Amino acid sequence: MSYQGKKNIPKITSDRLLIKGGRIVNDDQSFHADIYMEDGLIKQIGDNLIVPGGVKTIEANGKMVIPGGIDIHTHFQMPYRGTTTVDDFSQGTKAALAGGTTMIVDHVIPEPGSSLMESYDQWRQWADEKACCDYSLHVDITHWNDSVKQEVDNLIKEKGVNSFQVYMAYKDYYQMTNSELYEVFTFLAERGGIAQVHAENGEIIAEEQARMLQMGITGPEGHVLSRPEELEAEAVFRAITIASQTNCPLYVTRVMSKSAADIISQARKKGNVVFGEPITASLGTDGTHYWSKNWAKAASFVTSPPLSPDPTTPDYLNTLLSSGDLSVTGSAHCTFSVSQKAIGKDDFTQIPEGVNGVEERMSLIWDKAVTTGKMDENMFVAVTSTNAAKILNLYPRKGRIAVGSDADLVIWDTDSIRTITAKTHNSTAEYNVFEGMELRGAPLVVICQGKIILEDGNLHVTSGVGRFIPCSAFPDFAYKRVKARKQLAVLRAVPRGMYDGPVSEFSMSRGGTPSASARTSPTKQPVRNLHQSGFSLAGNPAPCGPPTPDDIPIRPAGRRIVVPPGGRSNITSLS
Amino acid sequence: MSTAGEEVPAFFKSMGSDSPARPRQKFCGMFCPVEGSSDSKTLDFDALSACRGGRSDGRVLFSPSPPSPSPPSAPPASYLSSDRLLIKGGKIVNDDQSFCADIYMEDGVIKQIGENLIVPGGVKTIDAHGRMLMPGGIDVHTRFQMPDRGMVSADDFYQGTKAALSGGTTMIIDHVVPEPGISLISSFEQWREWADSKSCCDYSLHVDITEWHKGIQEEMEALVKDHGVNSFLVYLAYKDIFQLTDAQVYEVFSVIRDLGAIAQVHAENGDIVAEEQRRILEQGITGPEGHVLSRPEEVEAEAVNRSVTVANQTNCPLYITKVMSKSAADVIAQARKKGTVVYGEPITASLGTDGSHYWSKNWAKAAAFVTSPPLSPDPTTPDYLNSLLSCGDLQVTGSAHCPFNTAQRAVGKDDFSLIPEGVNGTEERMSIIWDKCVVTGKMDENQFVAVTSTNAAKIFNLYPRKGRIAVGSDADLVLWDPDMTKIISAKSHNSTVEYNIFEGTEVRGGPLVVISQGKIVLEEGNLHTTEGSGRYVARKPFPDYVYKRIKARSRLAELRGVPRGLYDGPVCEVSVTPKAMTPASSAKTSPAKQPNQPVRNLHQSGFSLSGAQVDDNIPRRSTQRIVAPPGGRANITSLG
Repeated sequence: MSYQGKKNIPKITSDRLLIKGGRIVNDDQSFHADIYMEDGLIKQIGDNLIVPGGVKTIEANGKMVIPGGIDIHTHFQMPYRGTTTVDDFSQGTKAALAGGTTMIVDHVIPEPGSSLMESYDQWRQWADEKACCDYSLHVDITHWNDSVKQEVDNLIKEKGVNSFQVYMAYKDYYQMTNSELYEVFTFLAERGGIAQVHAENGEIIAEEQARMLQMGITGPEGHVLSRPEELEAEAVFRAITIASQTNCPLYVTRVMSKSAADIISQARKKGNVVFGEPITASLGTDGTHYWSKNWAKAASFVTSPPLSPDPTTPDYLNTLLSSGDLSVTGSAHCTFSVSQKAIGKDDFTQIPEGVNGVEERMSLIWDKAVTTGKMDENMFVAVTSTNAAKILNLYPRKGRIAVGSDADLVIWDTDSIRTITAKTHNSTAEYNVFEGMELRGAPLVVICQGKIILEDGNLHVTSGVGRFIPCSAFPDFAYKRVKARKQLAVLRAVPRGMYDGPVSEFSMSRGGTPSASARTSPTKQPVRNLHQSGFSLAGNPAPCGPPTPDDIPIRPAGRRIVVPPGGRSNITSLS
Repeated sequence: MSTAGEEVPAFFKSMGSDSPARPRQKFCGMFCPVEGSSDSKTLDFDALSACRGGRSDGRVLFSPSPPSPSPPSAPPASYLSSDRLLIKGGKIVNDDQSFCADIYMEDGVIKQIGENLIVPGGVKTIDAHGRMLMPGGIDVHTRFQMPDRGMVSADDFYQGTKAALSGGTTMIIDHVVPEPGISLISSFEQWREWADSKSCCDYSLHVDITEWHKGIQEEMEALVKDHGVNSFLVYLAYKDIFQLTDAQVYEVFSVIRDLGAIAQVHAENGDIVAEEQRRILEQGITGPEGHVLSRPEEVEAEAVNRSVTVANQTNCPLYITKVMSKSAADVIAQARKKGTVVYGEPITASLGTDGSHYWSKNWAKAAAFVTSPPLSPDPTTPDYLNSLLSCGDLQVTGSAHCPFNTAQRAVGKDDFSLIPEGVNGTEERMSIIWDKCVVTGKMDENQFVAVTSTNAAKIFNLYPRKGRIAVGSDADLVLWDPDMTKIISAKSHNSTVEYNIFEGTEVRGGPLVVISQGKIVLEEGNLHTTEGSGRYVARKPFPDYVYKRIKARSRLAELRGVPRGLYDGPVCEVSVTPKAMTPASSAKTSPAKQPNQPVRNLHQSGFSLSGAQVDDNIPRRSTQRIVAPPGGRANITSLG
């Protein structure tokens, strides 16, 4: 890992940087070339580049140069019942950079009832002040009405947000009904957004939690016992059904279990536009620790959906990630200190949820998936960076090493081995869920916005340099297929003559009763005149409208008119 | 399995005729493999007394007391002089085997099975000429005389059971559909009254749960204990009317499991259906094709998947009514592979026809197919469902017979969502399945008996009284003619409706003679039914077929907490809003009865912030962060 440069601190004046002798790894191919960067952009790629003199040069010695990772799911500085997660945007992005991630996408979580736009501004302010790397934002939709709809529209059009998360869990709080999901998805499909779901069946969870607590199970094991993986799989299945009805691209955050992953891969085989996001924790560890005798350790694993107690889960998820059934990886980094977790010491439902993982994500996937031969380096780049950039419509600015792309690069050392521990990690949390794990593969040099951030094991971050990267609507990666399908999906009615045979009496409503709008809509009566003459029981042309109880007196209790005057009506004898 | 016929391999043919097998064959004639096995398969009527109990009040209306010599065990049954019947030379087909034997019946019960039976003189004798004699069909799903918005489905209990009998079905199980707000028991009694006065064959009743509160739970208990109901249907569709939420379904299932009943589910996602209906009406699609467009099969599969999940959580046996699509059937098959106790019921319509007719130009014809979940427009669906039925992934068949005549359907002539739902099928069920499955070689005659009769009897705890030909079983039999062909048509069917959804289908196989309650009901094409002769058959809870596994699992499923010391480290302060779930009041209060705090005393001494006991966390002053508490770190964080 030698580099030919002055030993100056890279908080540098010179914005120019040359990486020589690296092997560039994109998601489609790898090749040897030098990279020249200037002003945070990649300016040239090739051999024997002509560059200005005095440029700082890094000698890669044939090591891999990959696009910086994109962590598509973080919760830095998340407010929680008056406290905040321990890693703020500065600490969090620092940890991210240390692990080779040069961009994060955080979730804005508006309290139910509050304005999406205000929450968005609040998050922007926090992140702009503190973030050390570029960032973008998802916005969570925690309640649904017309004003929220308007705000979503504005966020998409003006604020650079193209992904919105809805919750199927957290009953009476964030949870949405199926009808609301349907409406949200319909709206997002119109406006070109990505629908993200937190997929768990909140109703059943609430019931199970009550049952666990009644049985006297109050420790963190109750968390996983009350959220069995079936509930996750069920919700994924339901979300896919709704998304497919509304023709909306779906993104399932935090795929934690085999069965949920299976459902996603099945749906993809059937052609649904759905993306699955396993997180560092589900790829790297399992839920057996919930039964740890050490309460604080057990509590540090609490996240939702929970880690699966099945120890073969991480391996399985890594396999699906390698085969492309799962598309992107995040960390869902959302750390709480032990004393914060202890809010739920007597009741697991009160334990704040979240695990670490932003720093470990790249190394962990390399170790679990690439060194085991499940995926190659190109696929590694795809799942850690490129696919995320495509879904967010940031490609090729992010997620690719190409001329014109942002100079977010990582020189990856495939041989480095380090042991993960809370003692050395960059997060402020006391526990690390990957404690003691030995991982192969780590970033040697991290370049973010054209500046060297990690070099020689030293991290040089600057709070507040991170820029907000707006994401535009209708990402091709998701919407090309959706658009084509929309054109095909036009439904057509069967042109029939009007039914003018006898109509039975009926009282109050049953069956679908799709509310007022439905009752009034069927007002098209195209071919009425043609056939009406044959039947003259009631002289007024009104009864073809939606039958209401008022119609009935006109037709004298016409219960059964088997042979109406003028012969059988046309409509029943056409075929 | 078959002892007759030329085409059987030699080693089968020799069974029962060669010397080694012969004595056993002769001994009992029906359960060849093990001597005396008939004892265990014969009814213990004392044990089934609850079943018999329903009969006396079921027949108040018609029967004068019987003149015939009354047998010791069975209560009096008939008012015809000849209660005795002998069927000679038939091939008896049960779900496990077929064999040739004669059957002698008396008082509506099978008395003897075997060769060269000793019977009283002058008994009416039917010669079966080697034809198959099978247990009468059980149609597990009918909706005769069902009220819907002031209308009543076109076939009442008389017409409906008559149609059933003419098709070889000798027992039906109807659904009681209480209007939300009406007591389950009074609805149940209403249905009993209707059925007792009109039914021509034995019947039983499922009760639908159309709303959920405490009172319903008590009524369910009463129905199970006193009224012989062991199955309840919940609706995941019909938003704002019958539909229950997931949480309610969870509670209903828990109650059902405790009562030992079967949870039936109408599986469709009502929320999505309502949204789709609105969308499609907005697009100006008002005809019956809108019905199927607004209820795509995914929505059915989703609901099946969800109910399987809830049933797994509650360890409750699940029964999916009306499996109409491939994907729903697949979900059931997968769940069974994973070990879920779930049963799937395809209906005559989904096995025999498809949903392409919704696009018929003839409105009345299209409307005649309207049922929920809808018939799948995929024309390969019936074949697929028949295959799954044959391999055992689906177990029972019903008809969901609930036809409305065209004038009634026309209520929805301008809005498909108002069309009353239901198709015919009780008469055609046996023949359709024979034609689609047995004739095509998908299943054999034994499996045919299983899916049309035996499995239903087992699931609903009627076995072996119903669903089997054995000594002591009810004399509900069908002499089946596999060569009979007939063309189904509304002109000749027994239902009162103008359209038959199987119109023009040519089916092979049909009943030649139907015997219900020991009396010949169909013979030489003539139907002799008696209105009101049907008895209510009560069903006991905890059917073995279903609950053996459930019981074993509930013993295993006990959950245990991890015994830990009390966490007594620093606790962060919390502001007002309780987070997310808040599992109601019950949850909040329960952690007080923490059972085990074993090691408390050992370590407590090290930490003396407050001398209080278990609940010292509550009054503690607002200790934000005690990173290094006096006496060092708390034990709990350093144990493991």
